[in-house]
Amino acid sequence: MALDKPYLDVPGTTIFDAEQSRRGYHLNQFCMSLMKPENRERFKANERAYIDEWPMTEEQKEALLARDLNRCIGLGGNIYFLAKLGATDGRSFQYMAASMTGMTQEEYMQMMVNGGRSVEGNRYIGEKK
Amino acid sequence: MAKVTASVYTSHVPAIGVAHDFGKETEPYWNPVFKGYDASKAWLLNNKPDVVFLVFNDHASAFDLDMIPTFAIGCADHFNPADEGWGPRKVPVVQGHPVLAAHIAQSVIQDDFDLTIVNKMDVDHGLTVPLSLLVGNTDAWPFKVIPFAVNVVQYPVPSGRRCYMIGKAIRKAIESFDEPLKVQVWGTGGMSHQLQGPRAGLINKAWDNKFLDQLIDDPETLSKKPHIEYVREAGSEGIELVMWLIARGAMSETKKPRVAHRFYHVPASNTAVGHLVLENT
Repeated sequence: MALDKPYLDVPGTTIFDAEQSRRGYHLNQFCMSLMKPENRERFKANERAYIDEWPMTEEQKEALLARDLNRCIGLGGNIYFLAKLGATDGRSFQYMAASMTGMTQEEYMQMMVNGGRSVEGNRYIGEKK
Repeated sequence: MAKVTASVYTSHVPAIGVAHDFGKETEPYWNPVFKGYDASKAWLLNNKPDVVFLVFNDHASAFDLDMIPTFAIGCADHFNPADEGWGPRKVPVVQGHPVLAAHIAQSVIQDDFDLTIVNKMDVDHGLTVPLSLLVGNTDAWPFKVIPFAVNVVQYPVPSGRRCYMIGKAIRKAIESFDEPLKVQVWGTGGMSHQLQGPRAGLINKAWDNKFLDQLIDDPETLSKKPHIEYVREAGSEGIELVMWLIARGAMSETKKPRVAHRFYHVPASNTAVGHLVLENT
């Protein structure tokens, strides 16, 4: 029987639930490993080799290597874990947030200063803006 | 007997910690945020608690995906600031109150809430940013802290109703402690924000302010708000606000609280900042 997941119709949003957590366990633990300086060094020296030590799907590995955060999230990644990959790259959180919205960091920052993204037109998938 | 004297509610944006630690409080971007806490800092000096029961969430610092407890109570005698990838914040070590914490754990679990007792835990910005906002720079935090970590990262997270009810159980536990301690309960996180996906950057001022109104005047109704409304209206990370209901549940059930301070500002980095100080009268 299908479980109650009322959040599936929220646009541009993936809720990190038990199912996503299961899919993303290794991906997120890979990100977590980057909290250790020695792992960051090994990762930076050879990203592919380090990622290959983790039992992830090829799709997950490619999404990580491409820094495609939306794809990573779709494949089970969680933003607080992915933030550790961003930190390893020396990226600010706003850079990462902007990269998921298709905006430049400057545009994104300006949107926030102007009061953020409006909820109007952003409540339901397919809603008229 | 111990008593709950007041509750404090505040966002815990990591960038606020960075701004504080690097002395950016007077910069035009950050000044309005920090000014919003001046009145609370003064209030705290005049209303110093012995213990703060601090409700927060861990952001993949102490708990990774090997294990995430839904409710975890910190029973250690101290908690070190966590290294979140840039080295630990240079803020004082947090001193716990193991005796009161163990008392609360015993009482609340017997009231049917399944707490995880944690005897070793580093605390991240979720806990230390609220301390910096309310206390400022210091060599030692001026009160003991019982960290209470709530899972709001991995769904399903606890409902607002459950959080509100656990707050009541926490109040009962505190009030049955034999020492005459003044305890404040702080609820942190929020307000509206979304940190992920194409909808990142969502802010909803009208919703946030209604939440503040209702938290003050009608927490009973507010506690019944379903998760989906937080997600849809206040962003996927706006769900952190269920933690504020724990602090509100710990306040007097019979008397309306006095609003000692209220503040709201957009933005701090990706987030709407909300802040309330409520006193038991």
